[in-house]
Amino acid sequence: MKVEQISIFIENKSGRLAEITRILGEAGINIRALSLADTSDFGILRLIVNEVEKAKAVLKDKGFTVSKTEVVAVEVPDQPGGLSTILQALDRDNTNVEYMYAFVERCGGNAVIIFRFDETDKAIATLTANNFNILAGERLYSM
Amino acid sequence: MANYFNEEFETLPRAALEALQLKRLQATVARVYANVPFYKQSFDAAGIKPEDIKSLADLQRLPFTTKQNMRDSYPYGLFAAPMEEIVRIHASSGTTGKPTVVGYTQKDIETWSELMARSFMAAGAHKGDIIHNAYGYGLFTGGLGAHYGAEKLGASVIPISGGNTKRQIMIMQDFGSTVLTCTPSYSLYLAEEAAAEGVDIKSSKLRVGIFGAEPWSEAMRGEIEANLGLDAIDIYGLSEIMGPGVAIECIEEKHGLHIWEDHFIPEIINPETGQPVAEGEKGELVITTITKQGIPLIRYRTRDITSISYAPCACGRTHGRIARMSGRSDDMLIIRGVNVFPSQIESILVRIEGVEPHYLLIVDRKDNLDTLEVQVEVDERIFSDEIKVLQTLSRQIEKEIKDMLGVTCTVKLVEPKTIQRSEGKAQRVRDNRKL
Repeated sequence: MKVEQISIFIENKSGRLAEITRILGEAGINIRALSLADTSDFGILRLIVNEVEKAKAVLKDKGFTVSKTEVVAVEVPDQPGGLSTILQALDRDNTNVEYMYAFVERCGGNAVIIFRFDETDKAIATLTANNFNILAGERLYSM
Repeated sequence: MANYFNEEFETLPRAALEALQLKRLQATVARVYANVPFYKQSFDAAGIKPEDIKSLADLQRLPFTTKQNMRDSYPYGLFAAPMEEIVRIHASSGTTGKPTVVGYTQKDIETWSELMARSFMAAGAHKGDIIHNAYGYGLFTGGLGAHYGAEKLGASVIPISGGNTKRQIMIMQDFGSTVLTCTPSYSLYLAEEAAAEGVDIKSSKLRVGIFGAEPWSEAMRGEIEANLGLDAIDIYGLSEIMGPGVAIECIEEKHGLHIWEDHFIPEIINPETGQPVAEGEKGELVITTITKQGIPLIRYRTRDITSISYAPCACGRTHGRIARMSGRSDDMLIIRGVNVFPSQIESILVRIEGVEPHYLLIVDRKDNLDTLEVQVEVDERIFSDEIKVLQTLSRQIEKEIKDMLGVTCTVKLVEPKTIQRSEGKAQRVRDNRKL
């Protein structure tokens, strides 16, 4: 039910994103989704890739600080209010969203949103109980 | 108007000065040998007895005293006088969180006051001056040292201490301050703040500024004199030896600081070999106190790099002159007058992160104030996927450094391997201040 995401620490200086995408590209790794959170000094790049362990290894090898985090991919009806229904369900159960971002590809007619929760298992239970479709990692990496 | 506070001693011919030094040195050596177990042990280990000191050259046979020795004796181990005779205690920051402690007898306070009064006179201040003393009052020796000296001189002293710059500017104008004592960087900050308030500090009554407690340069003197409209005088001191007033420039030459040789014997040594260097050559300043009672120190390694000249001076003082401090022989940084050792910051980082971090201290001077940036490499042990966790970490480090060392800094998280390693060992400090 959970999806593995890699997070990379980057300083706010020119060329860092280019460097990371170059390393991944040369290793034949495909980026499936990404989000960049930043402050004035540093940023955290979060990626869903088709080969998690390999991506982590090549980036570490080039000196980047990389961590693996478990996130949840949820199908969202691609229509007005689609995302809102999910967030309302989570809110009713007091489940906190640490951050979220949209997946590049669509799944059938639906959009896919990546969520990071502080209590992942509880969030999955809430989503399942509310009949939202959670996408498995394997499915996502190969989309 | 007389130029000397104590003409007899300030202008003592060299032969008489050296005879006095020897007599006082012998008495000091005998006293520390009898009263301070550390000195008895270190002299015994070196195979030297107090009676072996027959000339000033024999001083070189005595072992050095270091800041580490003082730390090992924390707090009172090196005191040579019983506690009931100690009337004042000061301390300076140490590398391990424990400060270096010094004690003064009543006579020590009188000596210090006289030497500060002499220093004021040498700088061109005198009875009748209104001395605006913006050195910090407290455990730091700056505030009280200058204060007692100003009173001894017979001047009117305003014990304004540090901080609250707007109020300082108002008081300086309203009270008619004629002499300013503070760190050189604070003087420039004062001038800037005054300008921002629409106050022309150059047209104030300030005539002389006596600046110390941090390294500065001739270029900075030019800037201070231009911005504040006063004679800027360099003063030297350290709490271990006494506090401010160990050495001072004379206003006649502003070229080298007269070190009060009837109370201190200076030596300049090669910090690597411990051997003396020739007159005029750069090396580490080593000072022996020869009149102090509370905590006399034999051959104290100041770690300050300077040179000494015994050339006659236009002011008529016969005491040798040490050059403006040009650096340190250890890694101590002086940031806004506060002594900071990289190891102190390292121990804070280790405590917070639980690991030995890679870090770099970048010291700079912006708008005339020293700045400290602490760069910390983010490795997997401290990396979090969440921004707020990393920001909390930065703020915690900033707060701990402020609480422990009294220095405001900004923490910058950087990528691994950003900080240069040389021969496997990281460069810990980059001092960008143009001094």
